[in-house]
Amino acid sequence: MFKPHPLLKPGMALLVLLLADLLLIPGFFQLEVKDGHLYGSVIDILNRAAPLMLTALGMTLVIATRGTDISVGAVAAIAGTVAVLLIGAHDTGVLPAVLLAIGCAALCGLWNGALVVGLGMQPIITTMILMVAGRGLAQLLTDGQIETVRDAPFFFIGTGYLFGLPVSLYIVAMVLALIALLVHKTAFGLFIQAVGINPVASCLAGIKAGALTVAAYVICSVCAGLAGVMICSNVKSADANNIGLLLELDAILAVTLGGTSLDGGKFSLLGTVIGALIIQTLTYTIYSLGVAPELNMIIKAVVVVAVCLSQSTEFKKLSGSVSAQFGKREA
Amino acid sequence: MLTNPRVVLELKGISKQFSGISALSKVDLRLYAGEVHTLMGQNGAGKSTLIKVLTGVHAPDQGDIYLGGQRVQPGSTLQAQDLGISTVYQEVNLCPNLSVAENIFIGRYPKRFGVINWNAMREQATALLRKLNVDIDVTATLSQYSLAIQQMVAIARALNISARVLILDEPTSSLDEAEVQLLFGVLRTLRAEGMAILFVTHFLEQTYAISDRITVMRNGEREGEYRCSDLSRLDLVNKMVGVDSAASGVPNATVPAQNSAAGAVFLQAEQIGKKGAIEPFDLTLHAGELLGFCGLLGSGRTEAARLLFGADQTDSGSIRIHGQSHRFAAPRDAIAQGIGFCSEDRKHEGAILNLSVRENMVLALQARKGMFRKIALPAQQQAVRELVQRLGIKTADIETPMASLSGGNQQKVLLARWLLMQPHMLILDEPTRGIDVRAKLDIMDYIIELGRSGMSIVLISSELSEVLRCSDRVMVFRERRVCGEYRRGELNEDSVLQVIAGSAVNHSAKGVDHV
Repeated sequence: MFKPHPLLKPGMALLVLLLADLLLIPGFFQLEVKDGHLYGSVIDILNRAAPLMLTALGMTLVIATRGTDISVGAVAAIAGTVAVLLIGAHDTGVLPAVLLAIGCAALCGLWNGALVVGLGMQPIITTMILMVAGRGLAQLLTDGQIETVRDAPFFFIGTGYLFGLPVSLYIVAMVLALIALLVHKTAFGLFIQAVGINPVASCLAGIKAGALTVAAYVICSVCAGLAGVMICSNVKSADANNIGLLLELDAILAVTLGGTSLDGGKFSLLGTVIGALIIQTLTYTIYSLGVAPELNMIIKAVVVVAVCLSQSTEFKKLSGSVSAQFGKREA
Repeated sequence: MLTNPRVVLELKGISKQFSGISALSKVDLRLYAGEVHTLMGQNGAGKSTLIKVLTGVHAPDQGDIYLGGQRVQPGSTLQAQDLGISTVYQEVNLCPNLSVAENIFIGRYPKRFGVINWNAMREQATALLRKLNVDIDVTATLSQYSLAIQQMVAIARALNISARVLILDEPTSSLDEAEVQLLFGVLRTLRAEGMAILFVTHFLEQTYAISDRITVMRNGEREGEYRCSDLSRLDLVNKMVGVDSAASGVPNATVPAQNSAAGAVFLQAEQIGKKGAIEPFDLTLHAGELLGFCGLLGSGRTEAARLLFGADQTDSGSIRIHGQSHRFAAPRDAIAQGIGFCSEDRKHEGAILNLSVRENMVLALQARKGMFRKIALPAQQQAVRELVQRLGIKTADIETPMASLSGGNQQKVLLARWLLMQPHMLILDEPTRGIDVRAKLDIMDYIIELGRSGMSIVLISSELSEVLRCSDRVMVFRERRVCGEYRRGELNEDSVLQVIAGSAVNHSAKGVDHV
């Protein structure tokens, strides 16, 4: 039986979207060189999708363990705020500030993982705690104010260019490479899939299911933290209310669009990247076509429905029998 | 009973193909009122497919089904139920989170004024289960009860649908002897009431204990229909397996005496136990020794095995391996000492269904090596291919998902998972449960061979003949304690049954033809 490559569907979806843009938006694929930097819609989409790609990559691992992490937006807010405060108010160097911010994110992940594994709490509830409390914490850190920062090296992360391309893309590529290395060059990928599909059997085969699951949550939070730092660097300030708002939804959507099942197990990192790009391209398209931004959310919702339907076996049966009926009628 | 039988259900010339491969070819089957009809055959013989056709899961490509003389075409299990064809499946097919009563009445709740009448439901459920001699709290969630009780609930559910035809697809694979007797009692009652019962099983003894007629299937074809009294065991096995390997399929076939001179002591457990699971017991296992655990379901044999593997923690006693004291806080600790464990619950505690055969097989070895020392893919492929060939695992490819393998082949993959680790000791809990005769023989032969090569083996099986045939030594479990230890030859099936049943509990398998 012919079995399509798992990346075929998300790849086609992105392709269709890009083709539509080619027809609808004049000059969509045009690239210009200004001051040695590449400019154009495609670069813009890639650059803006960077935080989402980062977060979704981490989310992929958590979802593979049959968990979910809805605290990524709040974690991004914490990490971004910490970085901005350290640089802006305490004159910390960029590197130590960013490392400390990422460290805070890692602690958040440890907290999530410890509750899920140690207390056996439902992932969605566990991370909901941090989703609410984390953003509150970030607001406390800034006293509810928007903290601004003037530090050129810090801006480099979110707005800088290297060899003609945005720095953010190099960061995404690096994180993707690191996670891919971890997944494919060690047995981490095999183990988290096994744990996601059948935790009991995995444990009986000698896998440290608990430690692996905690690791997945930590990696997820670190990615989200990095995304938060990137967002703050891009807007040159920290607005605890808005950093990474609804990022968790987009991240989960990106993972699902990329073909990873929410039931855990088999996952695809490249699929997730494509999923994130689909979302960002969709947003860009909607804005470029002059559609009211309010519609953006609704169109996304339609996409979610379409994705769910494409994964539903019931729907496949239904559409199969409907098309068979039509076939009969025409005959 | 066999005089003037009335045909209730008739299948004529049923054929079914799956993607060009024939699963059933012109199969006939007749079920008579007031008879228990056993369907026998190896896995892949087409039993499951035939039942699925009968219950409306698959539509046949050719052939007709007649119920009481009328041609019927059940399009779904629900339609089949409405026609009066009810099925109890091998794997309990209920909702573990609902109450027992809800499970029995699901979809057909007794109603009053348009809302569910909970009192009536409870009473009726209790009454139905009483009929099966099961007295439990019907408001408790189903998952609290053992697999055996859940099976009984499934049967009660089928009975409630006032079926004319009752299909039991390997209902006994998870029941102990006493419960099997209970079930057979119920089947006899139903038979006397005129129901037509189709019984699918792998157990020869049970077939002869309950059946009036036997239909044997082989390679998707009906081999023949026989009266139970006309068909000897040897003939039956011959017809199922084919002539060549028949002799070893008969329970009483002789196994050459094996490791009489066992090696040094490998594992010694002193007074290990766990409250509520198993009373403290001693155990000594030599290198190359095959130790059998006998006992009924729930006798503590599985619980004892889990302690030896660290799957559960002991709260007393000590375990020594090669004289060195060890504490197993998790299976990993036991695995580190070269101990492997195949659980009785293949689906939930063994197979990782969505992963490939290769991934399933390398899992334990990889876990033992650690995450960062990944076994290179070519090395994995070579080792896996070798084992696939050595154990005769039937799979299209080593990258095929585990889920698409048959039960017997899945079991072989799980066995291979541990063999890859080259363990010193292997605990096998019901390694042949729910798999066909051929695979069963393969696996048992292989286990004996492993023992000869110096591996220590603990074998747990509900099939007494299997344990007695292969073990150097047998430990008998009863009511969560070890109640005896016997050398090879000290016990036969009758005497072991007496030990298992004990004096206090008098549910020794009366009426079962033990071989």
